[in-house]
Amino acid sequence: MELVRAHILVCGGTGCTSSGSKAVQEALHRELKKQGLDKEVKIVETGCHGFCEQGPLVIVYPEGTFYCQVQVEDIPELVEEHLLKGRILQRLLFTEPLTQERVPHYKEIDFYRKQRRLVLRNCGYIDPEKIDEYIARDGYVALAKVLGEMTPEDVIEEIKASGLRGRGGAGFPTGLKWGFAAQAPGEKKYVVCNADEGDPGAFMDRSILEGDPHCVLEGMLIGAYAIGSDEGYIYARAEYPLAIKRLKIALAQARELGLMGDNILGTDFCFDLHIKEGAGAFVCGEETALMASIEGQRGMPRSRPPFPANSGLWGKPTNINNVETWANVANIIRNGAKWYGQFGTEKSKGTKVFALTGKVKNTGLVEVPMGIPMREIIYEIGDGILGDKKFKAVQIGGPSGGCLSEGQLDLAVDYESLGSAGAIMGSGGLVVMDEETCMVDVAKFFLDFTRAESCGKCTPCREGIQRMREMLQDFSEGKGSLEDLDKLERLAQTIKDTALCGLGQTAPNPVLTTLRYFRDEYEAHIRDKRCPAGVCRALLTYYIVPELCRGCTACARVCPTGAITGKVKEPHVIDPEKCIKCGACMEACRFDSIILK
Amino acid sequence: MKMVNLTIDGCQVEVPLGSTVLEAAQKIGIEIPTLCYEKDLSLATACRMCVVEVEGNKKNLPAACAQPVMEGMIVHTNTPKVREARRMILELMVANHPLDCLTCEANGRCKLQQYCYEYGVKESSFTGERRRFTVDDGNPFIERDLEKCILCGLCVRVCDEVQGVAAIDYSDRGFDTKVTTFMDRGLADSPCVSCGQCVYLCPVGALTAKPSKGKGRDFEVEKVPTTCGYCGVGCQLALNVKKDKIVGVTNLPDNHNQGYLCVKGRFGYDFVDSPERLTTPLIKRDGEFVEASWDEALDLVAQKMAKVRDEHGPDAIAGLSSARTTNEENYLFQKFFRAVIGTNNIDHCARL
Ligand SMILES: Cc1cc2nc3c(=O)[nH]c(=O)nc-3n(C[C@H](O)[C@H](O)[C@H](O)COP(=O)(O)O)c2cc1C
Ligand code: SF4
Ligand code: SF4
Ligand code: SF4
Ligand code: SF4
Ligand code: FES
Repeated sequence: MELVRAHILVCGGTGCTSSGSKAVQEALHRELKKQGLDKEVKIVETGCHGFCEQGPLVIVYPEGTFYCQVQVEDIPELVEEHLLKGRILQRLLFTEPLTQERVPHYKEIDFYRKQRRLVLRNCGYIDPEKIDEYIARDGYVALAKVLGEMTPEDVIEEIKASGLRGRGGAGFPTGLKWGFAAQAPGEKKYVVCNADEGDPGAFMDRSILEGDPHCVLEGMLIGAYAIGSDEGYIYARAEYPLAIKRLKIALAQARELGLMGDNILGTDFCFDLHIKEGAGAFVCGEETALMASIEGQRGMPRSRPPFPANSGLWGKPTNINNVETWANVANIIRNGAKWYGQFGTEKSKGTKVFALTGKVKNTGLVEVPMGIPMREIIYEIGDGILGDKKFKAVQIGGPSGGCLSEGQLDLAVDYESLGSAGAIMGSGGLVVMDEETCMVDVAKFFLDFTRAESCGKCTPCREGIQRMREMLQDFSEGKGSLEDLDKLERLAQTIKDTALCGLGQTAPNPVLTTLRYFRDEYEAHIRDKRCPAGVCRALLTYYIVPELCRGCTACARVCPTGAITGKVKEPHVIDPEKCIKCGACMEACRFDSIILK
Repeated sequence: MKMVNLTIDGCQVEVPLGSTVLEAAQKIGIEIPTLCYEKDLSLATACRMCVVEVEGNKKNLPAACAQPVMEGMIVHTNTPKVREARRMILELMVANHPLDCLTCEANGRCKLQQYCYEYGVKESSFTGERRRFTVDDGNPFIERDLEKCILCGLCVRVCDEVQGVAAIDYSDRGFDTKVTTFMDRGLADSPCVSCGQCVYLCPVGALTAKPSKGKGRDFEVEKVPTTCGYCGVGCQLALNVKKDKIVGVTNLPDNHNQGYLCVKGRFGYDFVDSPERLTTPLIKRDGEFVEASWDEALDLVAQKMAKVRDEHGPDAIAGLSSARTTNEENYLFQKFFRAVIGTNNIDHCARL
């Protein structure tokens, strides 16, 4: 084994890769060579650290110094200061927005301090393309334990005892599900990993697959052993090329070491996996549609029961779990259900990974213990609202989830509390919104998504989402009546009650929750023809501020309807009757004197 | 067989384990509206008209056609909540539908129309976008007007599961979803064999039998049960007769052919009223065919056959029978040749 005095971890997740980490890595190689350090300092490309917004990220060990937004131009100075002179390069450290303090270490940054990284424990620490690094972090120990010391029943009991619940959205107890598949009659059984991750803005599963693919493989191996399956599928969206590449490498390495394939670790247990690339339909994340898609059919959900545990892929008993669910398994087996039980709440055990986005200062991937108050995620990990604006709402659970308001900030983030507030845990999307967000507009945004992604099979979802969307459009233009709000609510409730699959059953959630927590805002649109957040264009008027206008006539010349009048060098005026709100004048004005109000 | 007891609308019913709520309700004569259900086909659970309330289920209104029965289950099929949901579903369908009932072929047998009547849906309270399609009328027998389609998927399933042709399937997603042929080329350019099973099952007026267009509504015709004359399978069918004229053919379910027909049985009836059709035997006299009675004609044939047999021996005669005849007729035919004529020269066009 080679001995080196320092490791430089360069993030190779999708976020950092797109902000230029590949070039940074190459520059580091060049610079180390130039300085003759290439023998004593090793560069490791890791998976995602979660703090993508601050990328490209570079961490130097053994100190664990955390450098962010590192550019190619910074490399010579970084190498010289940190690796030659042993001094921390202050200017590349993270600055805590609140205190303006520079923080040298990973663990001391607010963003990381409140997190509990169990599932993500290897993400950002190891090179995901090297199985040795996974093994060095106790990887495949759980598999060896299971094959050596535990019966399939023991494994299921342990998972049941841990209280692990599915992370794909619905939160079904995982051990119970495994038990059903194990008991289902049949020789041939399948296990499936749901890596479709279709929620807009979510990237939890992608980061796990990119940063620690072996932990998912190990989880699936354990699950397969528990239910008696010899074949599995990972259904990953084709838009995740890096995750798929790393999965393929991981699979090949596991096969080479006898951890995948026939007679695993010299036992009778045989198991292998296929990777199926999905074409990126949100509905294909729904388990029955996903399996239809694997079978080569149109991805359309079917009625359950029968549940996959009894009749899944090609009619065989099948156990399907989400990426993050699988990623929890090895940790539980290795450390025991009791250890796992210390994280989370009574009914929601463990941690949950969220993709924290929107108007918070720190965005990125965060793993928190279940039951953490929403406020802590937003104000401590996320460090509060961007630009110190006012918090307005947080959307949890993606297009199937709900919008919670200020009043729910102290809500515990667990399955039960979220459900009772009309939202869902979902797969982990968390979008924070500030006072400049219009809730009618937010509901429109999510319905645009579900309208396009509905599979079209059942009436309420196919036709109903379209009509909800049209009603919202009317409201955003000040049309409709207050009675229409009740009608919208009734329609939303019917869709929820009658749709065939989870997509339709949850698509009304953004509408129902915004109606529940922000009804006054809807009323302002309809009754006062006013969008309080100043977002809905149809309710805004273009206005020339007389004090700022220089009378240059630029606006009047571009206006296609001749709505602007005024003498040269005198303030101009827009006739709101003629204005079609194209915005051409605003673009043409060089003095910023045209505003929307 | 393990039996399960449940209560539907206050009535006790016992059905085999594995039955659905819909089947249990049908057993005791409780009607639940359905648009996408057909007992011979796989379940689509797409229309959601059959939703019911199940006590203890706070989550949603399950579809009766798919909901398995459970011991002690208490089901309500006609609560205000259920009726409100069904009304809303009908309104959603109607919002995206040309209400052409005045001229629609399906008027009177249309299930959408029927349920709108039952639930008092006169028009939709939703306005907004409506799908626009051009009518696919390239196929000589079947016309498809997708604007009337409610996407129940019965046509897709019957074409695949009964006919084994799979000429049609869903395409596009969400509001744009439609049933179409490969690359949208139209039925005429698809593997469709014009069996018309889809036309028969379509609950609305989206699929029409072209030869029947404008010739009579369902309630105007008399349905005369008969046996198809085209082949020995002897499919049972219903001739739709209006004023002594056949204007169409529909299924007669619960027969050996389960009602299903092929293109000939379904659409090949125009010969019945053809002026070129022979109505009496003809005998050629002095180079001209002249009308004759059956006795005359049969005597002539018997006489000529006897003559050939007497002059040239029985093997000078051969018989070829038709696949359009029944087994019994074929049996008699060979018996006649072997026993009466005395030859084994007997064959059948379907001897493969
Ligand atoms: C419309 C829709 C989309 C879904 N998308 C996903 C997804 O992207 N990933 C996922 O793991 N589960 C998704 N699910 C949930 C799955 O159907 C299924 O419940 C889950 O994979 C089960 O795994 P779990 O028990 O580990 O959560 C989706 C469900 C619905 C209704
Ligand atoms: S709810 Fe929507 S996505 Fe689900 S089956 Fe119905 S139409 Fe398809
Ligand atoms: S399909 Fe039914 S509802 Fe539609 S126009 Fe025809 S008869 Fe009327
Ligand atoms: S006529 Fe027969 S073959 Fe043609 S589409 Fe209909 S069911 Fe299929
Ligand atoms: S054409 Fe008729 S049978 Fe086919 S899906 Fe549409 S409504 Fe159903
Ligand atoms: S008949 Fe049950 S959903 Fe259509």
